[in-house]
Amino acid sequence: MNKFNLNNSYKAVVIGGSAGSFQGVVKILSQLPKGFPLPIIMCLHRLKHVRHGFVEALSLKSVVQVTEPYDKETIKRGSVYLAPANYHLSVELGHYFALSTEEMINNSRPAIDITLGTCAYVFKDKLIGILLSGANKDGALGMKQIKDRGGFTIVQEPSECMIDTMPKSALAITQIDQVLKIDQIVNFFKELDKLYR
Amino acid sequence: MQDIDIADLKRISELIYQKYGYDFRNYAMSSFKRRVLRIMDLKRFTVEALIRKLTESPEFIHEFLDELTVNVTEMFRDPSFWRIMREEIIPAILLNHKQFKIWHAGCSSGEEVLSMAILLKEMGIHQDVQLYATDLDTNILERAKSGTYSIKNMELNEKNYIRFQGAGSLKDYYREENGLAVFNKELLNNVTFRKHDLVTGEIFNKFDLILCRNVMIYFNQTLQNEVLKKFHESLFKYGYLAIGSKESLIWCDYANRFIVVNNEEKIYKKIKD
Ligand SMILES: C[S@@+](CC[C@H](N)C(=O)[O-])C[C@H]1O[C@@H](n2cnc3c(N)ncnc32)[C@H](O)[C@@H]1O
Repeated sequence: MNKFNLNNSYKAVVIGGSAGSFQGVVKILSQLPKGFPLPIIMCLHRLKHVRHGFVEALSLKSVVQVTEPYDKETIKRGSVYLAPANYHLSVELGHYFALSTEEMINNSRPAIDITLGTCAYVFKDKLIGILLSGANKDGALGMKQIKDRGGFTIVQEPSECMIDTMPKSALAITQIDQVLKIDQIVNFFKELDKLYR
Repeated sequence: MQDIDIADLKRISELIYQKYGYDFRNYAMSSFKRRVLRIMDLKRFTVEALIRKLTESPEFIHEFLDELTVNVTEMFRDPSFWRIMREEIIPAILLNHKQFKIWHAGCSSGEEVLSMAILLKEMGIHQDVQLYATDLDTNILERAKSGTYSIKNMELNEKNYIRFQGAGSLKDYYREENGLAVFNKELLNNVTFRKHDLVTGEIFNKFDLILCRNVMIYFNQTLQNEVLKKFHESLFKYGYLAIGSKESLIWCDYANRFIVVNNEEKIYKKIKD
């Protein structure tokens, strides 16, 4: 067995992050193993009115081009997705995305809880959830839902976070499988990737 | 927060359809579920209590619909879209028609309609255009008709207007009264507000431009497909259809009867009957 006690039954990875998470996300994406098989679905807090630039900035160093999905777009193996500005991003049972303009949650649209929660509902124990640095409690409930449905949960080591409210809120309401630094999360993806080879 | 399973959600949509004729059976499940849970939370209902209320109290349906539908909207949402409207789409229509008609399908509280009215005013053609604004939610239509919004929403609206690079200041179009922004009545004098359900409603007119932004995201693909056919039928040949910036029609049956005029802002043109 590998050091994270993983297996190759996972179907998707979902990542949430807010203030201070950008560098971490860039690092993870830039060191992602080539051909990493699972879709990665990201919900990162962002300026509501800035539609452009973010996905480009993330893609710059990323191994895989990051895209903002269209409403009802099907989730594909090995793709990396980012919740678009000013929309909540949900995953539906048929493995496709749905966008919505519902009220903000925790002052955020996109809200991490919505993306994490719907992923948990659809992928159940076949999901890996990762919550990074951030200044509010968005995502904590979503991480709990992932854990409650049998998924695997990781938060960024609070001491490494620029702002640790987000991972700490998750740690406070649910059991988190791993508390890791970004470098360790990078390794985690490498270990996980090996299981699919 | 309680939870609700798909079987119960289906019971609810079936009940609303059978008893009231509103058809949510093909709405996207994730947001439909959140909306129903939200109502249960607000009213402190269990699933059974909600179903009983819907069965026994017909007057409750209006409140239910008002909460179920997502009415969140902004003036000049996506300012770049409105700039394209002003600089390309409306001028293109004007080349062929001095007078024309626009339909705002799913107008919610009316911010989009008001934005259009202001845009037309600034282009000096307000009186030549007839606007139709429809929604399924009668409560929200009443708010749209009033052209009155909470002052706290105006900050975002003003910011959008500035990004739209409007001719003046948004303040030119409203006055403040008791914490409300009251827009000039005259802006809405060429607007017909009416209740209309995109799912079950009939085709009621022909248009040169239809805006249906951030409405079809609440539908599943089957329903999007059906509604696109209705829009196709409601458009004159060479008329335009604008949808939300993150929506797509490419996989719809009728997609090949349209061409993409602006992919970034999701503006299509009907080229085939
Ligand atoms: C999020 S608002 C969109 C407002 C505006 N177009 C915008 O983009 O900001 C969605 C609106 O669609 C309306 N709606 C939902 N289902 C509908 C239906 N079947 N027929 C007509 N309107 C509907 C809702 O009541 C709501 O007011």
